[in-house]
Amino acid sequence: MTVHAPLAIEATGLVKTYGDTTAVAGIDLAVPAGVVYGVLGPNGAGKTTTIRMLATLIRPDAGTARVLGHDVVTEADAVREQVSLTGQLASVDEELTGRENLVLLGRLLGLRRASARARADELLEAFGIAAAAGKLVKHYSGGMRRRLDIAASIVVTPRLMFLDEPTTGLDPRSRNHVWEIARALVAEGTTILLCTQYLEEADQLADGIAVIDRGRVIAEGTPGQLKASVGTGALHVRLLDAARRPEAAALLERAVGDAVLEADPAALSAQCTDSERAAVGLAELARAGIGLADFSLGQPSLDEVFLALTGHPAVDAPTGEPPTTTLEEQSS
Amino acid sequence: MSAATSATETADTAAVRRAIASTARPPRPGRLATALTFGWRGMLKVKHVPEQLLDVTVTPVMFLLMFTYLFGGAIAGSTSAYLDYTLPGLLVMSVLFTTVYSGVSLNTDLTKGVVDRFRSLPIWRPAPLLGSLLGDSVRYVIAGTVIIVVGVALGYRPDAGVAGAVASLALVVVFSFGLSWFFCVLGLLLRSPNAVMNAGFMGIFPLTFLSNVFVDPATLPGPLQAFVDVNPISVLATACRSLMDGTPDGVAIGVSLAVAAGLAAVFLPLTTRLYRSR
Ligand SMILES: Nc1ncnc2c1ncn2[C@@H]1O[C@H](COP(=O)(O)OP(=O)(O)O)[C@@H](O)[C@H]1O
Ligand SMILES: [Mg+2]
Repeated sequence: MTVHAPLAIEATGLVKTYGDTTAVAGIDLAVPAGVVYGVLGPNGAGKTTTIRMLATLIRPDAGTARVLGHDVVTEADAVREQVSLTGQLASVDEELTGRENLVLLGRLLGLRRASARARADELLEAFGIAAAAGKLVKHYSGGMRRRLDIAASIVVTPRLMFLDEPTTGLDPRSRNHVWEIARALVAEGTTILLCTQYLEEADQLADGIAVIDRGRVIAEGTPGQLKASVGTGALHVRLLDAARRPEAAALLERAVGDAVLEADPAALSAQCTDSERAAVGLAELARAGIGLADFSLGQPSLDEVFLALTGHPAVDAPTGEPPTTTLEEQSS
Repeated sequence: MSAATSATETADTAAVRRAIASTARPPRPGRLATALTFGWRGMLKVKHVPEQLLDVTVTPVMFLLMFTYLFGGAIAGSTSAYLDYTLPGLLVMSVLFTTVYSGVSLNTDLTKGVVDRFRSLPIWRPAPLLGSLLGDSVRYVIAGTVIIVVGVALGYRPDAGVAGAVASLALVVVFSFGLSWFFCVLGLLLRSPNAVMNAGFMGIFPLTFLSNVFVDPATLPGPLQAFVDVNPISVLATACRSLMDGTPDGVAIGVSLAVAAGLAAVFLPLTTRLYRSR
């Protein structure tokens, strides 16, 4: 064995099927302790199902998983003692107040009444929901609900936390707030398994990423390796004159990288490995007299990652075995 | 990012870090304590959503008023004689209607993420179910008390007095506790809270009318009478009447308790199994 750090999650060949649907088709994961590990994949890839198996909510049909050293099937109770789950649907009680939710969790975890109340107030304060503590959760905004949800997960600090799409549907400010909380948790020693559809989120938080598609891991590596395999992103430009798009595409293709025509007839983008080349591309466009309405340099989207990794976009994936690539192998 | 924003964010982060750092895991609570905590949750819901209670108490009170004053004279000769006959039955109806909501609220829970959280906690598995039924029994007692109080206000006077009323209420609540497991199974099998409500009332409504709650079965045609006589709701209503009158009918009480036990014996294990595999 050359593994030095203990693994927080070690899953081998996890499978879960629902009737004709194979939700998870054999997933292997090795998540080191003390980090954020991102599971990145489009809607329906099997992220939630994987989390539900690891959090002991459902039994795998095949394969095994150990979480913090305990088997998720035979030692489910020992797993539950050390993890907490912030599900994709907010896992809080809408018909109770925020404070009641936290007191309830405290009591269920064994805090005495007074400590449960004190703990609830401390968390409400820290998470910026003290003002709405007495309101029913169904009247909360999405961001408040999500923060309460995370607070409910750390009434007793877990050693490992499952975060399932914590920022889907949140505005940028709430999203940043959630990210801050996740970073603080990891700084205090909690391991986080983060499921997300956003490469940017995985890039911001995760130390390692597994990309999954149709229930399988199709790539894994650090965010840097992942992005290097797709380029840092794309230069998006929108022209003043849509008629000049073919000309602009040819030009960018030469100066920057593969150009893609977008749905907007005046817009196109070019794969771009660094910002200098983007600047060259913009200069070339200016020299050719092609006016721009606007331009931006974006991180690769999940679609672009998928295109690069699998040769097919994340949606409308053709059936058949997706190729498995390991980024470590590619980059070394 | 302005200096002000980053200052507040740092403050937040510091508070969050303190909050995260400050906990040690307490020992696990006992099974009963866990179930009682879930019972407390159920009661909080009654407090926050009193409409639910209103739904189940208003209908029986309406029936009480309607039957007593519209049909009472025709059915029993006088409104007071009819009230005497029908009140114990309406008590049964009122509380049994409430049991449908046990299934409805279980189903509501399942459509939300909160059950996932409960199932990821290191707690005794059946505690959420038992606890919410404990909370529901409080609702049963309230629904039953309302109908008795309205009855007394209209002139109903049980021969066995307060003791009779309390004994009948207790019997109905125990019966409901058994029956509610059936609705829990419906709650776990059906898709939406509304479907549970519709299916539940579609079953319990005709069963209540085809019982001796409203009319003496002696006036009914043969086959119907035979059905009414074996209907457990009739048996329970008979048992309640006997308790109210101070002449306890051992057979009816025994059969009611046995039916409740039988319902629980079949549907409780089914409920826990379905709950676990959802
Ligand atoms: N309880 C279930 N019953 C039937 N199909 C399911 C169930 N849960 C998930 N699926 C299916 O499994 C696939 C993966 O779902 P999910 O794990 O929720 O993906 P993700 O979280 O990545 O969006 C989807 O096709 C989904 O429809
Ligand atoms: Mg999901």
